[in-house]
Amino acid sequence: MPLNPSFVGRTYPPSAPYRVCREKIREFAAAIGAADPAHHEPDAARALGYPDVVAPVTFPVVFTWPATRTLVDDPELGLDFSRVVHGDQRFDYRRPVVAGDELVCTNTIEQISSRAGNDMITVRTDVATTGDEPVVSAWAMLVVRGGE
Amino acid sequence: MSDAQPFRRPDLPAQTYRVTRADLVRYAGASGDFNPIHWSDRVAAAVGLPGVIAHGMLTMALVGRALAAWTGRPDAVVEYGVRFARPVVVPDDDEGTEIEVRADVRDVSPDGLTSLDLRVTCGGQRILAQARATVRLPAAGPG
Repeated sequence: MPLNPSFVGRTYPPSAPYRVCREKIREFAAAIGAADPAHHEPDAARALGYPDVVAPVTFPVVFTWPATRTLVDDPELGLDFSRVVHGDQRFDYRRPVVAGDELVCTNTIEQISSRAGNDMITVRTDVATTGDEPVVSAWAMLVVRGGE
Repeated sequence: MSDAQPFRRPDLPAQTYRVTRADLVRYAGASGDFNPIHWSDRVAAAVGLPGVIAHGMLTMALVGRALAAWTGRPDAVVEYGVRFARPVVVPDDDEGTEIEVRADVRDVSPDGLTSLDLRVTCGGQRILAQARATVRLPAAGPG
Protein backbone atom coordinates (compact mmCIF):
# COMPACT_ATOMS: atom_id res chain seq x y z
CA MET A 1 0.00 0.00 0.00
CA PRO A 2 1.56 3.34 -0.99
CA LEU A 3 2.07 5.98 1.64
CA ASN A 4 -0.60 8.59 1.90
CA PRO A 5 0.98 11.77 0.45
CA SER A 6 -1.59 13.99 2.15
CA PHE A 7 0.40 13.39 5.36
CA VAL A 8 3.22 15.70 4.22
CA GLY A 9 3.40 18.64 6.60
CA ARG A 10 1.60 16.83 9.38
CA THR A 11 3.03 17.39 12.86
CA TYR A 12 2.27 14.85 15.56
CA PRO A 13 1.73 15.55 19.25
CA PRO A 14 4.94 15.61 21.30
CA SER A 15 6.29 12.38 22.78
CA ALA A 16 6.40 11.69 26.50
CA PRO A 17 9.56 13.25 27.99
CA TYR A 18 12.76 11.19 27.78
CA ARG A 19 15.05 11.61 30.77
CA VAL A 20 18.70 11.46 29.69
CA CYS A 21 20.68 9.70 32.39
CA ARG A 22 24.39 9.54 32.99
CA GLU A 23 24.55 5.76 32.90
CA LYS A 24 22.80 5.54 29.52
CA ILE A 25 25.28 8.00 28.02
CA ARG A 26 28.17 5.98 29.46
CA GLU A 27 26.69 2.74 28.13
CA PHE A 28 26.16 4.20 24.65
CA ALA A 29 29.63 5.78 24.57
CA ALA A 30 31.21 2.48 25.65
CA ALA A 31 29.27 0.59 22.96
CA ILE A 32 30.69 2.79 20.19
CA GLY A 33 34.15 3.00 21.79
CA ALA A 34 33.94 6.73 22.50
CA ALA A 35 36.49 7.10 25.26
CA ASP A 36 36.53 10.87 25.71
CA PRO A 37 36.24 11.42 29.48
CA ALA A 38 33.50 14.01 28.92
CA HIS A 39 31.18 11.11 28.02
CA HIS A 40 32.00 9.26 31.21
CA GLU A 41 33.13 11.58 34.00
CA PRO A 42 31.03 14.52 35.17
CA ASP A 43 34.16 16.44 36.19
CA ALA A 44 35.57 16.19 32.67
CA ALA A 45 32.26 17.44 31.24
CA ARG A 46 32.17 20.33 33.73
CA ALA A 47 35.67 21.32 32.63
CA LEU A 48 34.15 21.88 29.16
CA GLY A 49 31.32 23.94 30.63
CA TYR A 50 28.55 21.32 30.84
CA PRO A 51 26.54 20.40 33.94
CA ASP A 52 26.99 16.64 33.47
CA VAL A 53 28.33 14.05 31.02
CA VAL A 54 27.97 14.91 27.31
CA ALA A 55 26.31 12.48 24.90
CA PRO A 56 28.06 11.33 21.72
CA VAL A 57 26.79 13.01 18.57
CA THR A 58 24.48 10.20 17.41
CA PHE A 59 23.08 9.45 20.88
CA PRO A 60 19.72 11.19 20.19
CA VAL A 61 18.75 8.24 17.99
CA VAL A 62 18.11 6.36 21.27
CA PHE A 63 14.94 8.41 21.70
CA THR A 64 14.26 9.85 18.22
CA TRP A 65 14.03 6.43 16.55
CA PRO A 66 11.33 5.10 18.90
CA ALA A 67 9.51 8.42 18.56
CA THR A 68 9.62 8.10 14.77
CA ARG A 69 8.49 4.52 14.99
CA THR A 70 5.43 5.52 16.99
CA LEU A 71 4.52 7.90 14.20
CA VAL A 72 4.94 5.41 11.43
CA ASP A 73 2.75 2.95 13.27
CA ASP A 74 -0.12 5.35 12.51
CA PRO A 75 -2.47 3.04 10.57
CA GLU A 76 -3.78 5.91 8.44
CA LEU A 77 -0.30 6.62 7.11
CA GLY A 78 -0.06 3.07 5.79
CA LEU A 79 3.60 2.39 6.53
CA ASP A 80 4.69 -1.23 7.06
CA PHE A 81 7.63 -0.98 9.44
CA SER A 82 8.86 -4.50 8.63
CA ARG A 83 9.75 -3.20 5.14
CA VAL A 84 11.57 -0.11 6.37
CA VAL A 85 15.25 0.50 5.64
CA HIS A 86 17.06 3.49 7.10
CA GLY A 87 17.96 5.61 4.07
CA ASP A 88 19.64 8.62 5.57
CA GLN A 89 20.05 10.49 8.81
CA ARG A 90 21.03 14.00 9.75
CA PHE A 91 21.40 15.97 12.98
CA ASP A 92 21.41 19.73 13.39
CA TYR A 93 22.53 20.77 16.86
CA ARG A 94 21.86 23.81 19.00
CA ARG A 95 23.88 22.23 21.79
CA PRO A 96 24.97 18.73 22.84
CA VAL A 97 22.63 16.50 24.81
CA VAL A 98 23.78 16.18 28.42
CA ALA A 99 22.78 13.97 31.31
CA GLY A 100 19.88 15.47 33.21
CA ASP A 101 18.12 16.74 30.10
CA GLU A 102 14.44 15.97 29.94
CA LEU A 103 13.64 15.91 26.25
CA VAL A 104 10.48 15.91 24.19
CA CYS A 105 10.34 14.85 20.53
CA THR A 106 7.95 16.42 18.04
CA ASN A 107 7.71 14.68 14.68
CA THR A 108 6.81 16.29 11.39
CA ILE A 109 6.50 14.49 8.07
CA GLU A 110 8.54 16.61 5.67
CA GLN A 111 8.46 14.59 2.49
CA ILE A 112 6.88 11.54 0.92
CA SER A 113 7.97 10.31 -2.49
CA SER A 114 8.11 7.19 -4.62
CA ARG A 115 10.91 5.85 -6.77
CA ALA A 116 11.48 2.49 -8.43
CA GLY A 117 8.64 0.87 -6.54
CA ASN A 118 9.87 2.08 -3.15
CA ASP A 119 8.29 4.74 -0.98
CA MET A 120 10.46 7.26 0.81
CA ILE A 121 9.42 9.26 3.82
CA THR A 122 11.42 11.94 5.59
CA VAL A 123 10.56 12.64 9.21
CA ARG A 124 11.96 15.60 11.11
CA THR A 125 12.15 15.20 14.86
CA ASP A 126 12.55 18.43 16.80
CA VAL A 127 14.02 17.73 20.21
CA ALA A 128 13.53 20.29 22.96
CA THR A 129 13.71 20.30 26.72
CA THR A 130 10.51 20.22 28.74
CA GLY A 131 11.31 23.92 29.28
CA ASP A 132 11.00 24.50 25.49
CA GLU A 133 14.72 24.99 24.89
CA PRO A 134 15.53 23.62 21.40
CA VAL A 135 18.42 21.14 21.55
CA VAL A 136 18.69 19.24 18.28
CA SER A 137 16.68 18.43 15.18
CA ALA A 138 17.03 15.04 13.55
CA TRP A 139 15.96 14.02 10.05
CA ALA A 140 15.46 10.37 9.20
CA MET A 141 14.64 9.24 5.68
CA LEU A 142 13.05 5.82 5.66
CA VAL A 143 12.82 3.69 2.55
CA VAL A 144 9.81 1.41 2.44
CA ARG A 145 10.70 -1.40 0.10
CA GLY A 146 7.97 -2.24 -2.37
CA GLY A 147 6.04 -5.47 -1.99
CA GLU A 148 6.36 -8.40 -4.37
CA MET B 1 41.88 38.82 7.01
CA SER B 2 40.68 35.28 6.97
CA ASP B 3 41.27 33.07 9.94
CA ALA B 4 44.17 30.71 10.04
CA GLN B 5 43.27 27.46 8.35
CA PRO B 6 42.34 25.28 11.32
CA PHE B 7 42.59 22.02 9.42
CA ARG B 8 45.09 21.05 6.81
CA ARG B 9 45.12 17.77 5.05
CA PRO B 10 47.87 16.27 7.24
CA ASP B 11 45.77 17.21 10.27
CA LEU B 12 43.06 14.76 9.30
CA PRO B 13 44.65 11.34 9.34
CA ALA B 14 42.40 8.48 8.27
CA GLN B 15 40.65 6.85 11.22
CA THR B 16 39.93 3.14 11.19
CA TYR B 17 37.48 1.23 13.34
CA ARG B 18 37.14 -2.53 13.63
CA VAL B 19 33.62 -3.89 13.93
CA THR B 20 32.89 -7.42 15.14
CA ARG B 21 29.70 -9.30 15.89
CA ALA B 22 30.26 -8.53 19.58
CA ASP B 23 30.22 -4.81 18.73
CA LEU B 24 26.88 -5.24 16.98
CA VAL B 25 25.39 -6.97 20.01
CA ARG B 26 26.71 -4.27 22.32
CA TYR B 27 25.38 -1.52 20.07
CA ALA B 28 21.99 -3.21 19.82
CA GLY B 29 21.70 -3.19 23.59
CA ALA B 30 22.92 0.37 24.04
CA SER B 31 20.83 1.85 21.24
CA GLY B 32 17.69 -0.26 21.63
CA ASP B 33 17.80 -1.32 17.97
CA PHE B 34 17.22 -5.08 18.10
CA ASN B 35 16.45 -5.60 14.42
CA PRO B 36 17.58 -9.24 13.85
CA ILE B 37 19.36 -8.40 10.57
CA HIS B 38 22.10 -7.11 12.89
CA TRP B 39 22.58 -10.40 14.76
CA SER B 40 20.85 -13.31 12.99
CA ASP B 41 22.35 -14.86 9.84
CA ARG B 42 19.07 -16.66 9.31
CA VAL B 43 17.00 -13.47 9.24
CA ALA B 44 19.62 -11.56 7.24
CA ALA B 45 19.58 -14.28 4.56
CA ALA B 46 15.79 -14.40 4.56
CA VAL B 47 15.58 -10.71 3.62
CA GLY B 48 18.19 -11.09 0.91
CA LEU B 49 21.26 -9.69 2.64
CA PRO B 50 24.69 -11.26 2.09
CA GLY B 51 25.05 -11.68 5.85
CA VAL B 52 24.52 -9.95 9.18
CA ILE B 53 25.10 -6.24 8.68
CA ALA B 54 26.15 -3.45 11.01
CA HIS B 55 23.56 -0.93 12.16
CA GLY B 56 23.81 2.11 9.88
CA MET B 57 23.68 4.19 13.04
CA LEU B 58 26.71 2.33 14.42
CA THR B 59 28.67 3.30 11.31
CA MET B 60 27.43 6.85 11.75
CA ALA B 61 28.52 6.78 15.41
CA LEU B 62 32.02 5.59 14.47
CA VAL B 63 32.34 8.43 11.99
CA GLY B 64 31.26 10.66 14.87
CA ARG B 65 34.27 9.33 16.78
CA ALA B 66 36.47 10.37 13.86
CA LEU B 67 35.02 13.89 14.07
CA ALA B 68 35.81 13.95 17.79
CA ALA B 69 39.34 12.68 17.12
CA TRP B 70 40.01 15.35 14.50
CA THR B 71 38.57 18.23 16.48
CA GLY B 72 39.86 17.05 19.85
CA ARG B 73 36.42 17.78 21.29
CA PRO B 74 33.38 15.62 22.07
CA ASP B 75 31.02 18.55 21.43
CA ALA B 76 32.30 20.11 18.21
CA VAL B 77 29.64 18.83 15.82
CA VAL B 78 27.05 21.38 14.73
CA GLU B 79 25.57 19.46 11.83
CA TYR B 80 26.14 15.93 10.60
CA GLY B 81 24.35 13.90 7.95
CA VAL B 82 24.86 10.73 5.93
CA ARG B 83 23.11 8.52 3.42
CA PHE B 84 23.44 4.79 4.01
CA ALA B 85 24.64 3.69 0.58
CA ARG B 86 25.84 0.13 1.07
CA PRO B 87 25.45 -2.38 3.90
CA VAL B 88 28.47 -3.31 6.03
CA VAL B 89 28.62 -7.09 6.29
CA VAL B 90 30.17 -8.28 9.55
CA PRO B 91 31.40 -11.89 9.41
CA ASP B 92 31.04 -14.18 12.40
CA ASP B 93 34.74 -14.42 13.23
CA ASP B 94 37.24 -12.71 15.51
CA GLU B 95 38.37 -10.25 12.84
CA GLY B 96 35.04 -8.77 11.88
CA THR B 97 35.49 -5.97 9.38
CA GLU B 98 37.07 -2.55 9.27
CA ILE B 99 35.63 0.86 8.48
CA GLU B 100 37.89 3.66 7.29
CA VAL B 101 36.99 7.32 7.63
CA ARG B 102 38.63 10.17 5.73
CA ALA B 103 37.66 13.78 5.32
CA ASP B 104 38.31 16.77 3.11
CA VAL B 105 37.80 20.31 4.28
CA ARG B 106 35.19 21.87 2.01
CA ASP B 107 34.89 25.26 3.58
CA VAL B 108 35.84 27.33 6.60
CA SER B 109 33.35 30.07 7.40
CA PRO B 110 34.35 33.42 8.90
CA ASP B 111 32.65 32.46 12.18
CA GLY B 112 34.85 29.42 12.60
CA LEU B 113 32.62 26.65 11.28
CA THR B 114 34.46 24.04 9.26
CA SER B 115 32.58 21.94 6.69
CA LEU B 116 33.91 18.47 5.98
CA ASP B 117 33.20 16.04 3.18
CA LEU B 118 33.51 12.55 4.61
CA ARG B 119 34.63 9.46 2.75
CA VAL B 120 33.71 6.31 4.60
CA THR B 121 34.69 2.95 3.17
CA CYS B 122 34.72 -0.72 4.05
CA GLY B 123 36.88 -3.06 1.97
CA GLY B 124 37.56 -0.19 -0.42
CA GLN B 125 33.88 0.43 -1.14
CA ARG B 126 32.02 3.52 -0.12
CA ILE B 127 29.38 2.70 2.49
CA LEU B 128 28.08 6.23 3.07
CA ALA B 129 27.10 8.80 0.47
CA GLN B 130 26.55 12.53 0.90
CA ALA B 131 28.35 12.26 4.23
CA ARG B 132 29.02 15.73 5.56
CA ALA B 133 29.65 17.41 8.85
CA THR B 134 30.05 20.93 10.11
CA VAL B 135 32.20 21.32 13.18
CA ARG B 136 32.99 24.25 15.41
CA LEU B 137 36.57 24.29 16.50
CA PRO B 138 37.33 25.52 19.99
CA ALA B 139 38.68 29.02 20.28
CA ALA B 140 42.42 29.23 20.59
CA GLY B 141 43.61 28.51 24.07
CA PRO B 142 42.16 26.19 26.67
CA GLY B 143 38.47 25.46 26.69
